[in-house]
Amino acid sequence: MSLSLRHISKSFGRATIFSDISLDVAEGETVVLFGPSGTGKTVLMRIIAGVEDADNGIIMIDNRDVTNSSPDNRGVGMAFQNFALFPHMSAYENVASALTAREGSATIIQERVNSIVKLLKIDHVMGHSPRELSNGQKQRTALARALVGAPRVLLLDDPLRNVDAKLRYEMRLELPNLLRRFGSAVLYVTQDYKEAMALGHRIAVLQGSRIIQAASPIDIYERPESLIVAKLFGDPTINVLPVMPRLHGDEVIIEIDGVSISIGQYYRDAVGIEASLALRPEHLVVCSTPGANSFPVEIVAETPLNEKTVLLTRTRSGTEVLVSMPAINEGTIPLGLGFVSFDPKSVLLFDRSTERRLRYFDR
Amino acid sequence: MDNVSPIEKVLKLAALTLILIFFMFPIFWILLMSFQTNETILRIPPSIVFEPTLSNYEALIRGKLVSTAGTLDIAFMSNLLNSVILSTSSVILALLFGVPAAYAFARYKFKLGEFIAFTLLSFRFAPPLLVLLPLSLIFQKIGLADTYIGLVWVYQLIALPLILWIVRGYFEDISPDIEHAYRIAGHGWRKTFLKVAVPLAGPGIAAAGLLAFIFCWNNFVFALILASADKQPVTVGALAFVTASGIQYGQIAAAIVLSATPTLVIALYAQRYLVEGLSLGAVKG
Repeated sequence: MSLSLRHISKSFGRATIFSDISLDVAEGETVVLFGPSGTGKTVLMRIIAGVEDADNGIIMIDNRDVTNSSPDNRGVGMAFQNFALFPHMSAYENVASALTAREGSATIIQERVNSIVKLLKIDHVMGHSPRELSNGQKQRTALARALVGAPRVLLLDDPLRNVDAKLRYEMRLELPNLLRRFGSAVLYVTQDYKEAMALGHRIAVLQGSRIIQAASPIDIYERPESLIVAKLFGDPTINVLPVMPRLHGDEVIIEIDGVSISIGQYYRDAVGIEASLALRPEHLVVCSTPGANSFPVEIVAETPLNEKTVLLTRTRSGTEVLVSMPAINEGTIPLGLGFVSFDPKSVLLFDRSTERRLRYFDR
Repeated sequence: MDNVSPIEKVLKLAALTLILIFFMFPIFWILLMSFQTNETILRIPPSIVFEPTLSNYEALIRGKLVSTAGTLDIAFMSNLLNSVILSTSSVILALLFGVPAAYAFARYKFKLGEFIAFTLLSFRFAPPLLVLLPLSLIFQKIGLADTYIGLVWVYQLIALPLILWIVRGYFEDISPDIEHAYRIAGHGWRKTFLKVAVPLAGPGIAAAGLLAFIFCWNNFVFALILASADKQPVTVGALAFVTASGIQYGQIAAAIVLSATPTLVIALYAQRYLVEGLSLGAVKG
C-alpha cells in the first residue's frame, strides 16, 4: 500500500475531530475524502502531510512508518485549497521549490519543471509572480508544485474550490488523465459530490468523526449503507417516505397514503420493521393516470434546470416528493393531480431507528 | 476621483497646504536658524530675510563653540558618532534576537508563552529612572558602566520589545499554509524560516527596525546616567550648548539638523519597503 492510515484520532481540546480512522490508498488509486464542511477532512490531510500531529494512530507511506517524520521527510506532495503559493517567488520558482531540496542539478530541475508546466498549460506564465496570475493559473501552479516531485502520496485539498465553475468543470475532466501519468496514491478532498463521483476510484465518506462508508462511486450512489450517505449524494436530494412493509403472498408490500404498492422480493427482511423508503428523484416517473404501483400526488411546481426538469409534488399526507426528468418544454405536464410510479428494483429501504440500510436480496 | 469639482480641488489643496505649514513650520524655522547667527535669530521683529552663514556648522564640525565669552570645546561630532554606533548596534542586536523570538511567539504555543511575551513588553511601561538607579550600581560593580556594550545592552529595553511585538504581528499575518507548503516541498524548518517567513515579514521587520532605531536615537535618560562624556550620544551632548554666556540658538539648530538627518534618510530609504505589501496574491484573495 502506498498510503495506510491506522486508527488515526484527533481532537482539539474537548472537541473530537475524528476517532479511529483507517484507510488505505493503493498506488495509482484516487480516493476521495468526502464530507460536509467541518468534518476534519483538511485536518486529516495535514496529519498525513505531517504539519499537524495525530493524537493516536500510525501513518505508513510505502510501508514505512512516517508517523513521527517531519513534513520534509515524508515524500508527500500537497495542493492547498487556498493555493499557498510563495508570493515572493516567481511561478517557476514556486514549482521548482519542490525539487531544490532533493535535486542538485539545475538542468534536471529545469527539465522537470518545464515538462510539468507544459502539461498543465501554464508554461507561458512561469516568469510571473503569483499576484499576476489568474485564479485558474494559481491553482495550476499549486498543482504543478505538488506533482513535479512525482510524490508517492499526493494530497489534494479541495483544489478546485476556489476556481470558477467553468474551470472547475474543465479540470474535473482533465485531472484523472493527469493523475494517471504519475501513479501516485491520491487522496482528494472535496465537498462536491459530483466531483467526488467523477474523480474517485473510491469515495470515503467522513461524517461525525468517522468514515461511515468507503466504496466505489457506483456503490455509494446505488447501495449507500446509511440514509446519511444516500442524502449526501444526489441532486435533488433523495426522497424519503415513512413506510411499514408487510408481506402479501411472497411479495413485500408498502403502503403510501392508503395505496398499496409492491416492491418485489428484494427486501424480504424488512417486513414488520418501521422503515424509511428512499427514492432517487430520477428514478420516479409521473403520469396523469393511475397505473399499477403508483401513488397519487399533487404536482405543485415545475423547475427547469437546463438539462433536466424538476417537479415538486406533494403526497396526500403532505410529504414533498421531488421528481427529476430529462428537460421538457415548460407546461407539458399540467399542475394538479398526478401519479408517481417507480421501478421496485431502484428502491432503497432503511431502518428508521438506526438509519442503516436493510438487507437487499438480489434474487 | 475624476468627478471632483474644481472648487473642491482648490479647497483640498488649501487644506493640505495649511496642514503642511502647521507641521513643517518648526522644522523649517530650525533649518533657517541653523544658517543664522545668534544676533539675527534674536532680533525683533523676526524676519525671514537674512544673510546666510555656515559658521554654526563650521563650529560644530571643528568642535569649537564660539560665544561672546570666548571659545569652548564641544564633542558634537563624536557624540553623533556615538549615537550612530549605539543605535545601529542596538537595533542589529535586537533584530537578531527579536525576529526569531517573534516567530516563535507567533507560530508555537508553549507554556508561559504569552506571559513571557507580555513581560518583555512590560519593560516599556517601567519608568526608566526607576530601573536606572539599581542598574547603574550594578553596572559599576561588573564593569559595564560607561561602555558601549553596557549601553547597547540597556538599549535592548527599548528596541527588543518593540521589534518583538511588531514583527510577531506580521508573522501571524502570514498564512501558515505557505510555510507548510515549503516544508512539504522538502525543506527544513530553518530554511523555511529564512527563505519564506523572514522575506514575507520583511516590510514589518523594516518598520520595526526603523522605529526601534528612532527610539534608540532619541533616548536621553539611559545615556545621561550610564555614559560619561566620550560615550555620550547627541541627545546628551546637546546639553553643552547651554553655556555660561547664553544659549547658542544657531548652533543648537545646526546640531538638530545634523542629528535628525540620519533618521530622516533611513526613514525615506525604508519607506518603499514599508509600503510594499508582499503577501498580496499569495493565497486566494
